[in-house]
Amino acid sequence: MGKIFKFEQDVDTDQIIASQYIIYPTIDEMKAHTFESLDPDFAAQVQPGDYVVASENFGCGSSREQAPSVLKALGVKAVVAKSFARIFYRNAINIGLPVIVCKDLHENVKAGDDMELSMQEGVVRVNGKEYECTRLPEYMQGILDQGGLIASLNKS
Amino acid sequence: MGSTIIEKIVRNNVGRDVKPGEIVTVNVDRVMIHDIFIPFVASKFEEMGFTKIWDPDKAVLIYDHLVPASQVDDTRHFRIGNEFVEKYGMKNIHRSDGICHQLMTEAGYVKPGDVVFGTDSHTTTYGCVGAFSSGIGYTEMASILGTGTLWIRVPETIKVEITGNLPANVMAKDIILKLIGDLGADGATYKALEFTGDTVEKMSVASRMSMSNMAIEAGAKCALFTPDEKTAEYCEIELTDKERDLVGDADAEYCRVLHYQAEDFVPVMACPSNVDNVKPVAELAGKEIDQVFIGSCTNGRLEDLMAAAEVLKGKHVAPYVKLIVTPASRKIYRQAVENGTMAILAEAGAIITHPSCGLCCGRTGGILTDGETVVATNNRNFLGRMGTSKVGIYLASPKSAAACAAAGKIVVP
Repeated sequence: MGKIFKFEQDVDTDQIIASQYIIYPTIDEMKAHTFESLDPDFAAQVQPGDYVVASENFGCGSSREQAPSVLKALGVKAVVAKSFARIFYRNAINIGLPVIVCKDLHENVKAGDDMELSMQEGVVRVNGKEYECTRLPEYMQGILDQGGLIASLNKS
Repeated sequence: MGSTIIEKIVRNNVGRDVKPGEIVTVNVDRVMIHDIFIPFVASKFEEMGFTKIWDPDKAVLIYDHLVPASQVDDTRHFRIGNEFVEKYGMKNIHRSDGICHQLMTEAGYVKPGDVVFGTDSHTTTYGCVGAFSSGIGYTEMASILGTGTLWIRVPETIKVEITGNLPANVMAKDIILKLIGDLGADGATYKALEFTGDTVEKMSVASRMSMSNMAIEAGAKCALFTPDEKTAEYCEIELTDKERDLVGDADAEYCRVLHYQAEDFVPVMACPSNVDNVKPVAELAGKEIDQVFIGSCTNGRLEDLMAAAEVLKGKHVAPYVKLIVTPASRKIYRQAVENGTMAILAEAGAIITHPSCGLCCGRTGGILTDGETVVATNNRNFLGRMGTSKVGIYLASPKSAAACAAAGKIVVP
């Protein structure tokens, strides 16, 4: 079980982690500024195992891999959105952050709700209801299962 | 069944026919890394255990976002970049020549039909010469540097056909903004855009570049123009038959086809704080402004500076308005000096800076504060990009931007 942090559509990578922070030397130094312009308390409140739930086009904008990386570093278990921007989606898989497409979840949940995700079953459960998710293409699921691209490359 | 441009480029790369939705591994012809991400690329590359770059001559490192350093920390990126280049025998490095996307085409690193990846979302730009180019993160870049390959999903294509003659106050920027407004910020996600029609055939490569550059703002993976004589002249090459064939076949399958009549376009702006929040300039007229920025990989080219100079000739920037002009490259800077464009802009009161990304990424001067408004020719108006999150950024063509600078408010050029 994790808590839901809810965001709307077209959340861009500048909003996830702003440009002035991405030149910090490490992800750990950046992570306190995650979602700073949208929810200044996010980094302090989010707990390992919590979820980010968003509407369409999550992660649009720049190619900065720091965006999924700060979410992972804060312990976000998965981002569940109606849709994702392309580069964010690839980056998230490559660093081992699950990104799940779920069309019906966003409008039926609120911030603070408890959520459970089963990657195997391809469902999320919130407030006693089950929502079906779109499965990742096999190739990407393979990278994710191995913990990201580096682990996957090292294995092969 | 015929093929779209992207299907042909991927087919030529992998040596067999491909269909949209297929996942294939492509051989990479060129990669671009810029200063912001080089420290992360370098550390991931070594974490992956690679000891050499698959082909050092195919990698290009460009310092542009942080040039010249405005914070002490920036210098770390140059140090790590210089060490990386030295250690792995890279020859292609630009330390202060201009913006990465301008240099990749201007310096001849990209040719029609190439498959190119860069650590920047606006890598879609090279579609202006018929190359498949797209942005990736630093972990994937490190992986390409080691292997020379990357997996991709072959995208479906949206065809955008534009025919006719553009009104005199409309530029390519107005077309791409209008298209992004129509498609929405995710309207082309995972897809290729293909531009066709006599309007784009008449356009300069620089204008095509403004359009392919911004395709990512509709989520597109790439944005392609068929290589033609203008492309050949720009790239200083003779087109081969294979390059000439990079045209969407009449019986190719498109997931969507849009048609625009050029005469119908009007000057538009993307209003705060989304690129797809597009309105005709006429509807915004009268709004007072504090600053104007003309530059970036979208609109910092010679034709853009000349268009601004034409509007500003014999005029002066309005009192209290600052006009910042940032050429996209050193070559453009020199050309604009030589042909008198810079003199006109300087006479009109412009603050002319060195070539770099500059204010587009909130760097090297010109940041704004709460309640201020800027009209800018770059590609993003996201919250906080040019200062505080309460700055209103209006994205416009160079003609519109210059007209606003002179008027001190939003006006139709």
